[in-house]
Amino acid sequence: MKTDSGQPSTIKKQVPAFISTRNACKLCAPLGASLVFRGIEGCVPLIHGSQGCATYIRRYVISHFREPMDIASSNFSETTAIFGGADNLRIALDNLTRQYRPAAIGIASTCLSETIGDDVKSCLEQYKETKKGMEIPALIHASTPSYRGTHMEGYSEAVRATVISLAGGGPRCKRLNIIPGFLSAADLRHLKEILDDFQFSYTMLPDYSETLDGESWSAYQKLSPGGTPVSSIRSMGQSAATIQLGRDLTSPGTAASYLEDAFGVKTVTLGIPIGIGKTDLFFSALQEIAGVSMPQKHEKERGRLIDAYIDGHKYVAGRRAVVFGEVDFVTSMASFLDEIGIVPALCATGASAKKFKETVSSGLSARQKDIIIREDSDFEGMLEISRSIGVDIIIGNSKGYYLAKNLNIPLVRAGFPIHDRLGGQRILHVGYEGTQQLFDRIVNALIEHRQDKSPVSYSYM
Amino acid sequence: MIEILEARKDQIFEKGTENSFDMSCDKVSVAGSVSQRACVFCGSRVVLYPVADALHLIHGPVGCAAYTWDIRGSLSSGPELHRLSFSTDLREEEVVYGGERKLYAALSELIGAYHPKAAFVYTTCIIGLIGDDIQAVCRKVAAEQGIDVIPVHSEGFRGTKKDGYKAACEALSRLIGTNDKAAAAPHSINILGDFNLAGETWIIKEYYKEMGVEVLSCMTGDGRVEEIRRAHKAAMNVVQCSGSMTTLALMMEKDYGIPFERVSYFGIEDTADALYKVARHFKDQAIMKNTEELVRREVNRIYPEIEKYRGDLEGKKAAIYVGGSFKAFSLVKALRHLEITTAIVGSQTGNREDYEYLEEICDTGTIIVDDTNPLELSRFMSEKKVDILIGGVKERPIAYKMGIAFCDHNHERKEALAGFEGMINFCREVHGSIMSPVWQFSPARRRRTGKEENGHENRFRTAVDN
Repeated sequence: MKTDSGQPSTIKKQVPAFISTRNACKLCAPLGASLVFRGIEGCVPLIHGSQGCATYIRRYVISHFREPMDIASSNFSETTAIFGGADNLRIALDNLTRQYRPAAIGIASTCLSETIGDDVKSCLEQYKETKKGMEIPALIHASTPSYRGTHMEGYSEAVRATVISLAGGGPRCKRLNIIPGFLSAADLRHLKEILDDFQFSYTMLPDYSETLDGESWSAYQKLSPGGTPVSSIRSMGQSAATIQLGRDLTSPGTAASYLEDAFGVKTVTLGIPIGIGKTDLFFSALQEIAGVSMPQKHEKERGRLIDAYIDGHKYVAGRRAVVFGEVDFVTSMASFLDEIGIVPALCATGASAKKFKETVSSGLSARQKDIIIREDSDFEGMLEISRSIGVDIIIGNSKGYYLAKNLNIPLVRAGFPIHDRLGGQRILHVGYEGTQQLFDRIVNALIEHRQDKSPVSYSYM
Repeated sequence: MIEILEARKDQIFEKGTENSFDMSCDKVSVAGSVSQRACVFCGSRVVLYPVADALHLIHGPVGCAAYTWDIRGSLSSGPELHRLSFSTDLREEEVVYGGERKLYAALSELIGAYHPKAAFVYTTCIIGLIGDDIQAVCRKVAAEQGIDVIPVHSEGFRGTKKDGYKAACEALSRLIGTNDKAAAAPHSINILGDFNLAGETWIIKEYYKEMGVEVLSCMTGDGRVEEIRRAHKAAMNVVQCSGSMTTLALMMEKDYGIPFERVSYFGIEDTADALYKVARHFKDQAIMKNTEELVRREVNRIYPEIEKYRGDLEGKKAAIYVGGSFKAFSLVKALRHLEITTAIVGSQTGNREDYEYLEEICDTGTIIVDDTNPLELSRFMSEKKVDILIGGVKERPIAYKMGIAFCDHNHERKEALAGFEGMINFCREVHGSIMSPVWQFSPARRRRTGKEENGHENRFRTAVDN
């Protein structure tokens, strides 16, 4: 596979490497952790650091989901930074418990509390000691300094920390664990629908499909209803297998690897099921675990998807795309584009992921020769590369509008965040059905662009 | 029932229920409460953000820069460098070994690539802890590149958002007075504390132009470094958003003898009042006459428009929760024009004086809150049965989930709400949300209005019957 090394030398000349990050294509770790914690029933996230971290993250998340997203802060002041955050943490836990009566509190550390060396773990031990005999919420702690990794490290670490804190062993049952990774609320609902169709009994962690995409209420709820029940998480060690979607973050381990090591729960690791190839793998895994054949409903979805691919293939043939976002998202999306005949000309992630090139390339056919794969990228960098290589369409979150506007090409919004449209949480990406929706949107974006640019008012395209 | 934390009780006051008004404010948020406030960095960033031809480099891990990329709807009539987000994106090894070298390299390359007129370097939480000598790096780069490179001391934990405003004012004061060349007109002002959201600065500038008053600079809406440098030539400072900019006005009064007036451009009364304050200051007949004509014409123009909305809105109740208290004052008054009463009002950063004034202008029974949170807000809104909440992005879902209308009065709004023109937009926004037919389906609304439902079919039928 020839990738970046095979790029034309002009690109290197035109696109200088920058030390600074210019329009970052990543977010910080506590954001990922907060999302995971809101995917646990009755859990309130608490960010251990400055007030701003909680507020910025709330604002960012609310602008996407348009749902209440309460995140508490231990609210460091200057003296806290000098003497440590133990007192603030204790007060915060007390106040949160009193006000929210939560089932759990998910504590995410920040660059501030990590840099001063706050030992959250022993603070929590002490806290539990002082509350002995009293009923207190389950306490989960994820170490998520902003200088280590991106929001995905925070996400993965929070899932792992949750399982380590709560899961226990016991007699093996037929239950399945599913760790879906950072997907949309609609994706989570669709995955659950698929698992229901296979008649699985399962625990999905996290599950913010209701908490962050809920109904209109008849009275205000302190915490949005829904989420993975703490009791279900406690029994994850008894499950027969864990399916984890996403291959990127494996160090220092994942929730699934912990469950395997500690309780012998078999791990099945798959990419995010976008595109026929990746979705086939997902469904085969389910068939194998369940010992049943494919439900007819999904067989038909697959058939319709193939039919649509054929109907639409000429509109997309040879078009060149920019795909950006999280490592696992880009990996699956690029492989989907490859299978429909679009060249994933630039695949970029903001993460520092040494294996990104290898991971993305391994999902592509031998047809993809001259593509550029960049880790540790940013939007300014992507813009400069896109200009020099020529691209037709962009696939990624709404921050890609910056590229779309500058390059005057369409953006198909996918992933997180979607800050300039309604319904980002309801974008479906996974499964045959999600792929169908993505395919239609990509084809139509290209058609619409052509129609808009044409001086002839075509009414058939 | 939502419990009010003990530590929060003296930051909540209901007019007419207690003997003396004694609001506790100006203090850090309670640990574990979900404050709607941000941090010191946020305060600095929002104030300086609209300076469009400056480089804004955020020194620290990537989060602070990522969350503030293109965060405000501050428009520029020219360069748009402010809309890009630059970060030194510190990683673990730099946190251990220091970030000075990376900061130096980042500043040098960015100034080389984007040719800004000045650079602001914002420090984030951990910079204070790892001991980077930001001053030294800024001085070195300034000498090498020949532009002002100004550190903004905005470590998130070093106080509240207000301290961030102060740091921003200090940064601006380093630019002010550095261009002495051109003289200014005798009737010239600086607009302080307008950020040109949805083009609001332009609306206000037009008014002053018509009055015969020269606007020398706006800090910081549609801001330019060169204008800020010569801002000390102005005869008067007119301060909106007093929470953020009074510090700078005081500095300029002390250093350059420039008097200032605090104003607001929200609502008919306050806009007219602002313009008259300036006119009176200059004691110039022509300016006064122009102002009278302008105000008369504009009020006559917008009144019939507002009348159209008033009938529908009369008797409705509002909750207001905004960042700065001056905005809250204006909103209380503006709502009165629509015959809407204010049942709850609060701010993130008000001081004692501000709350005393609020208490004065509000009706008996109005709840006044400092640094509130979603749970309290939801409780008060439910108790007071409000029809609309005016606030920002983080408050919006609270209202919507409760079946309450909402008006965006935030940083990223796309509708100009300032000036006379803005009053029409404001009325349209309030009316559009309160009168929307979608509320007929809201379970909370139906519960409140006694239309309890017994299952889907019934719900749908009655909804349609409405």
